[in-house]
Amino acid sequence: MKRILTICLFLCFSHASWANEATPLAEDPALEQRLISISEEMRCLVCQNESLSGSRSELAQDLRREIRDLIRQGKTDAEIRTFMVDRYGDFILYRPPVKPITWLLWIGPFILMVAGIAALLMYLRRRSGQVHNATLTEDENKRIDALLREDK
Amino acid sequence: MDQAMIPEIGHFALILALCVSIVQGVLPLIGAQQGRREWLVLARPATQISFFLLTLSFGILAWCFYVNDFSVLYVAEHSNAQLPTVYRIGAVWGGHEGSLLLWIFLLTGWAFAVAQLSKTLDEFMVARVLGVLGLVATGLLLFVLATSNPFERLLPAAQDGRSLNPLLQDPGLVFHPPMLYMGYVGFSVAFAFAIASLLSGKLDAAWARWSRPWTITAWIFLTLGIALGSWWAYYELGWGGWWFWDPVENASFMPWLIGTALIHSLAVTEKRGGFKNWTVLLAIIAFSMSLLGTFLVRSGVLTSVHAFATDPRRGIFILILLSLVVGSSLFLYALRAPKSTLGGAFSLMSRETLMLMGNVFLVVAAGSVLLGTLYPLLIDALNLGKISVGPPYFNAVFVPIMIPALFLLAVGPWANWKSTSITVLLKRLWVAALVAFIAAILIPRIMGEFTILTALGFLLAFWIIASGILQIIKQFKVGKPTRSFIGMQLGHIGIAVFVIGVTMVGAYQEEKDVRMAPGDTAMVGGYQLQLLGVKPAQGPNYQATRGVFELSRNGKVQEILSPEKRNYDSSTMPMTEAAIDAGLTRDIYVSLGEPLEGNAWAVRVYYKPFVDWIWGGCLLMALGGLFAVMDKRYRLRTKKSLLRKD
Amino acid sequence: MKAKFIIPLLLFIVLVAFLAVGLNRDPREVPSPLINKAAPAFNVPQLADPKKSFSPEDMKGQVWILNVFASWCVACREEHPMLVEMSKSQVAPLIGLDYKDKRADAMEMLARQGNPYNLSAFDSDGRVGINYGVYGVPETYVIDKAGIIRFKQIGPITKEVLEKSIYPIISELKKD
Repeated sequence: MKRILTICLFLCFSHASWANEATPLAEDPALEQRLISISEEMRCLVCQNESLSGSRSELAQDLRREIRDLIRQGKTDAEIRTFMVDRYGDFILYRPPVKPITWLLWIGPFILMVAGIAALLMYLRRRSGQVHNATLTEDENKRIDALLREDK
Repeated sequence: MDQAMIPEIGHFALILALCVSIVQGVLPLIGAQQGRREWLVLARPATQISFFLLTLSFGILAWCFYVNDFSVLYVAEHSNAQLPTVYRIGAVWGGHEGSLLLWIFLLTGWAFAVAQLSKTLDEFMVARVLGVLGLVATGLLLFVLATSNPFERLLPAAQDGRSLNPLLQDPGLVFHPPMLYMGYVGFSVAFAFAIASLLSGKLDAAWARWSRPWTITAWIFLTLGIALGSWWAYYELGWGGWWFWDPVENASFMPWLIGTALIHSLAVTEKRGGFKNWTVLLAIIAFSMSLLGTFLVRSGVLTSVHAFATDPRRGIFILILLSLVVGSSLFLYALRAPKSTLGGAFSLMSRETLMLMGNVFLVVAAGSVLLGTLYPLLIDALNLGKISVGPPYFNAVFVPIMIPALFLLAVGPWANWKSTSITVLLKRLWVAALVAFIAAILIPRIMGEFTILTALGFLLAFWIIASGILQIIKQFKVGKPTRSFIGMQLGHIGIAVFVIGVTMVGAYQEEKDVRMAPGDTAMVGGYQLQLLGVKPAQGPNYQATRGVFELSRNGKVQEILSPEKRNYDSSTMPMTEAAIDAGLTRDIYVSLGEPLEGNAWAVRVYYKPFVDWIWGGCLLMALGGLFAVMDKRYRLRTKKSLLRKD
Repeated sequence: MKAKFIIPLLLFIVLVAFLAVGLNRDPREVPSPLINKAAPAFNVPQLADPKKSFSPEDMKGQVWILNVFASWCVACREEHPMLVEMSKSQVAPLIGLDYKDKRADAMEMLARQGNPYNLSAFDSDGRVGINYGVYGVPETYVIDKAGIIRFKQIGPITKEVLEKSIYPIISELKKD
C-alpha cells in the first residue's frame, strides 16, 4: 500500500512540474522563427502599415499559412519571396529588390555621402584661399576671440 | 449668451485673426523695406492680438469638447459623452481640423513669445521676423477657413458623438501631438530669423545669436515629441516595437536631423561668424521639412497609420502653401546668399571642420530618409510600377551613415577652434578609445552573444561616454563649467545612452509566444511569469478581459502584471493593453492574444534589456538642450552692448 | 559661384512636381503582376452544385470575366447591380469566384440580389484568391481566349470602368 501511495505521489508531482511550463504556441518553433524572419520583411496588403508577421488581418493569416506550407515543402527564402512577388508584385516586399528602377534608391545615400564630403572638402580648400580677403576687422576678431575664451 | 453662439464666436475669431495676420505679415515687411516706421511698429501689437484671438478660438473649441457640444461637426466626429474628460480634451487635436488649429495656435504663441522677449532687438529685425511669422499664419488660416473649419456646424445636433479611436485614448497620445507641434512650429522662428536676415541683406552673426535659443527650444520639444510617440507605440501597440520608419515618423525625424545640424551650425556661426549661408539654408530646410511633413500626413499621398482622413482639395492647398513658402524662401536665398561675408579663418583640421563634417552626415542621413520615404511615390509618378520601401531599407542605409557621425561626436569637442593638431587629439582621446574597445569586446560576451554590429554599437557609445567624462574631468580642473558646456555633455551622452538602449534591445531581447492556462509558467530572460487567472474587468467605456500574471526571479516574486484585452463600446476590433514591468536594466512585457480551448490563452512575453535607455537617452538630450538654452539667455543680456554695435 | 545657390530651389521644384503628380495617385492600390500572364490554374467545386467542378481550362477559346466576390463584403453588394447589367448585355461569360465564404450565405445573396453569373466557383480557404493576387474583394479579371489575364479591376466595377475599360477590352480581345 505504501509503495503504491509513493508511486502515486511521485507521479502526481512529476506531472505537476512539467504541466506548469507554458508550451510554445507554434507547433514547430524553428519553423515559426523562419516564418517570422521572412514575413517581417513583407507588407500586409490590408493593413498596409503593418508587416505580414505582425498583422492580424485575415489575408495576413492566410499568407502566413501559405508561407508555412512552403517552408515545410523545403523552399528557400528566395523562392518564398518569389512566390509572393509573382502574385502581388514588388509592393509586398519591405526590402526593395535591387533592380534598375531601384538602383537610385540603393546607391542614392552613398552618392549623397560622397557628394557631401567632396563638396565640403572643395569648400574648405577654396575658403582657406579666400579668407585672407575677409572683411572682418581686427577689432571684430578680437571680440570673437574674447568670446571664445569665456566659452571654454 | 446662447450656447449655440459660442462656436460661431470661435469661427469669427479665426476670421479676425486672418485679417490681423495679413496686417502683421504685410505691413511690417514693407515698412522695413521702405523705412516706414509707422508700419514697422504694427508688428508687435498685431502679433499680440493674433495670439489673443487664436487663444480664444482654440479655447472655444476645447470648451465645445468639454461640454459635449455635438452641434459642432468636428466634435461629433471625434468625441462622445462616455469619453473621460481628459481624452475629450485630447480629442481636440485628434483629427485634421483640430490639430491644424492647434498648429496655428502654437504658431501665434511662439510669435507672441518672440514679440515679448525681443525688446533689445533692432526694430527692423523684429518687424521682419514677426512679419514672416504673420505671413505663415496667414497662409495656414486661409487653409483652415477655406477647407478645414473646425467650427462647421452639424444641425440638427447629434445625440452623441462618434467617439475617438480607442488607440488614441491614452495619456501618451494626448501629449504627443502638442509636443511635436511645438517643435515643428518652433522651427518657424529660426526660419523667420533666417528670412529676416536675408531680407535685410545683413547676413551677420547677430541673427545667429538671437536665433539660437529659439531653435534649441524648438529642438527640445521635437526631441520630446518624437520620443513620446515612440514610447507610446511601444507600450500601446502590443508587440514591443518602438520605431517603424513609417512615412509620418520619418516626416518628424527629418526635421529633427536637420534641426540638430542647425543648432550646431548656429553655434559656429555665432562664435566664428562662419557658415552663414549654410546655417540660413539649414533654417529654411528645417522649417520646410516641418511643412512637408504636414503635407505628407494630410494629403493622402503616402499610406501611413498616422494619416488623417484625406481630401484632395486639402492636399492641393497645402502643396500650394508649401510651394509658396519654401519656393520664395529658396529664391530669396539664391538672390541674397552670395552677398554674405565670410567668417574667421580656420584650417582643415579644426573644430569648425569637424562640426561641418557632422553637419554633412546629419544632412545626408535626412536626405536618405527623404529618398526612401518618397521613392515609392517617385516610381509610381513615373509609371514604373509600385514598390515598397520599408524598415529593412532604412536600417540598412541609416546606420552606416550615422556611424562616422557618432565617431566624430566624441572628437569634435576636443578640437580647438581655428586649428588643432591630430597628435594633440590622439593624445587626448587614446584613453577613451581604450575604454571603448574594452566595452565593445566585454559587454557582448557578458550578454551572451557577440556580433560585429553589436560590438560596434557599444564601441561607439562608450567612445562617446568616455570622451565626455574625460572632458568633464578636464573642465573641472579649470573652473566651473558653463551651462552651455553641461548642455553639450548631456546631449552627447544622451545619444550614447540611446545607442546602448538600441543595441541591447536589438541584440538581446527575447520573445516567446506561448499557450498558457492558469497555473502555467512562461520563462523569459531569466524571469518566470506565472498566469494566476483570467477575469473580466470594466472600464468607463469598455469591457475587458484581464489576465493576472505573477512575475518572479529566482523564486522571489517581484510584480503582478495585468494585461487586458479590451472591447470598446465604439469599436469592433479588440484592443490589446500590454502590461509592462519597467526597470532600469530591462522591461518585462506581457500581452494577451486570443483565447484558446481548454481555458488557455495565447500569450506573448518579451524580455527587453535596457529598452528604457532609448527614451532615457532622448530625455538626456532634451535636458542638455535646456541647459544650453539657459546659458544663452544669460549671455544675451550681458552682451546687449555688443549687439547694439552690430 | 553664384549658380550653386540656385540648386536648392531647383531641387525643391522637382520635388513639388512629383508631389503634385502623387496627389492623383492612390498609394494603397496594388497593381497586379499577373497582367499578360497565364491565368493560374485551379480546380474547385462549384458553388451551387458541389459535385461539379470548375477550372479556367473550361473557358479556353472564349473571352471571359472572373469576378471575385463574397457575401460578407459590403462593396460587393454595391457592385452587384453592375454585374447584373453586364450579364444582361451578354458581352462575355461571367464566372463568379466566391471567396472565403459560407455556401449558404452566398447562395442567399445571389437569390436575393439576382445571379449574374453563368456559374460560380467556391474558393473556401482562399488559396485560389492568393494565386490570383487577391487582397481585397471585389476584384475582377478579364481573361482572353488563350487563358491570359488581360485586365484587372481592383474594387467595385462602376459604370465608368465598365464602359471605358472592360467593354472596350472585351471587344478588342474578341477580334483575335
